[in-house]
Amino acid sequence: MNILVFVKRVPDTESRIRIQHESRTIAEDGLNFVISPYDEYAIEEALRLKEAKGGTVRAVSVGRDEAAAILRKCLAMGADEALLVKDDAPESYDGLRTARIIARTVERKLAGADLLLFGKQSVGADNSQVPAMVAELLGLPQATVVTKLEIEGASATALREIEGGMEKVVLSLPAVVTAQKGLNEPRYETLKGIMAAKKKPVPTVTLDELGLGPDDLASRIDVTGLDVPAARQAGRILQGDPAETVRELVRLLRNEAKVI
Amino acid sequence: MIAVYLETRDGKIKKSSLEALSEAKRRAGELGVAAAAVLVGAAVADLAPGAHALGAAKVYIIEDRALGDYSSQAYAVALAGFAAETKPSALFFAATARGKDLAPRVAARLGASLASDCTKVAVKDGTLEFTRPIYAGKAFLSFRLKSSPLLATLRPNVFPLGEIAGSGGETVRIDVTIPEGVVRGRVAEVIKEESAELDVTEADVVVSGGRGLKGPEAFSLLRDLAAVLPRAAVGASRSAVDSGWIGHQHQVGQTGKTVSPNLYLAVGISGAIQHLAGMSSSKVIAAVNKDPEAPIFKVADYGIVGDLFEVVPRLTEELKKALAE
Repeated sequence: MNILVFVKRVPDTESRIRIQHESRTIAEDGLNFVISPYDEYAIEEALRLKEAKGGTVRAVSVGRDEAAAILRKCLAMGADEALLVKDDAPESYDGLRTARIIARTVERKLAGADLLLFGKQSVGADNSQVPAMVAELLGLPQATVVTKLEIEGASATALREIEGGMEKVVLSLPAVVTAQKGLNEPRYETLKGIMAAKKKPVPTVTLDELGLGPDDLASRIDVTGLDVPAARQAGRILQGDPAETVRELVRLLRNEAKVI
Repeated sequence: MIAVYLETRDGKIKKSSLEALSEAKRRAGELGVAAAAVLVGAAVADLAPGAHALGAAKVYIIEDRALGDYSSQAYAVALAGFAAETKPSALFFAATARGKDLAPRVAARLGASLASDCTKVAVKDGTLEFTRPIYAGKAFLSFRLKSSPLLATLRPNVFPLGEIAGSGGETVRIDVTIPEGVVRGRVAEVIKEESAELDVTEADVVVSGGRGLKGPEAFSLLRDLAAVLPRAAVGASRSAVDSGWIGHQHQVGQTGKTVSPNLYLAVGISGAIQHLAGMSSSKVIAAVNKDPEAPIFKVADYGIVGDLFEVVPRLTEELKKALAE
């Protein structure tokens, strides 16, 4: 199987997010950047499929030079190759822009893949847009938010999470699948893997080389505001005999907050 | 015209879709345009009155046998075809599992950008401005879309349902052909959770447990409590899920679900930043924790400092009594 895994560099989930109000951007200093957590499930699934069925796993990221670090992590986990699509533009929050870049990369540089794996969303932009857009641009079927994936010949069966249950989706390959927590338990890189990854090249391709012009790359999202939510005020804290505090809480929820 | 795709499940329109239609109706009123609804499926025309009642002037029906089982590819062809024919200025979806699966495909097909999981839609300078949480709610982004139609998914449980006022209205059939060979993936089966539990994103009350529960057994205390309240669901912190005490579909937080119920009750949850991100847009937060210094108390409207194993069963009993009155 020829598998592509798309990964994104994001601030880790313990990060406190600060805003630079003038530029309406997130302050990056002091943030610890990692591979987006859902992308780890995607890379793990790719490696397991390769181990079961043979083939290659290629990890791809769109971003600045710093994204090479997460591609090295993928190589250390066991990916065969990596590709960095160099995009120096700041976060645009426009999923279609990213999807166009990825779709073009696949057409020009990575043709012939059987499976395109993504995390169900990047942690941060939280758009959950790019994989389904790539699928549409490339004319591929998709299963998003997948917790179980089985491949049999040229078809795949995926279980995807929906409200109060699951959908079983049957796809013919090539297809796009996005990983949800629960799909697998991602492995840690081994020391051997880390050392080997250091020696592997991380080739880059530029947007220019992909033939993408200003119109393809323009963001259609015009940011008018970026704010942190108003801090919640600490409320009434009840201490003492549980029988009394419970009675008081129920009274407050019913008569003051009016939520029950 | 602001059109809304109405998602159907088990022969009914999803509440989240009706919320999106209600919001479309309000903003359309401000803009002086009409609100409309779109139903897609094998046999959905009977559902049109539900949309008319919420103020949709027109309900568009796209019926085809090929649209019986959900397929993101076939539905994207149908909705993009609808948009090309009727030229709505905006098209909304509910940000449900299906909405998130389908809207980006429609967007890519139309070459238009998409506002995902919006929590606010406003009219500014004669156009729509969208606000959505990023970093699971650690920040909020407001923006306009510079492509057409304006495409957005609206977060469930955020936008109030409109008054049931209208009755009757126009029903318009749209013919869409799904070309042979285009559809290479579709839903073969829908598997319902045995307990048919309400999803945390759709619940009015979320009762969540964390590390303080000390094991999977104590979640039964939370389930008992949730069973007393209408439309309540059980949630969990990441550490409870990672310890294997409860399934990840219950996880609230930055690598789980973001919820905004009327009441969020955090039990034995300290309040790590990635958890707070997923629940701090709840209307009212109550917390039970034995540590008076737990960060959760800094965001809670009400809190009880105490042993959850003593507090929760009592709370269940008190709530039963209060609701019986």
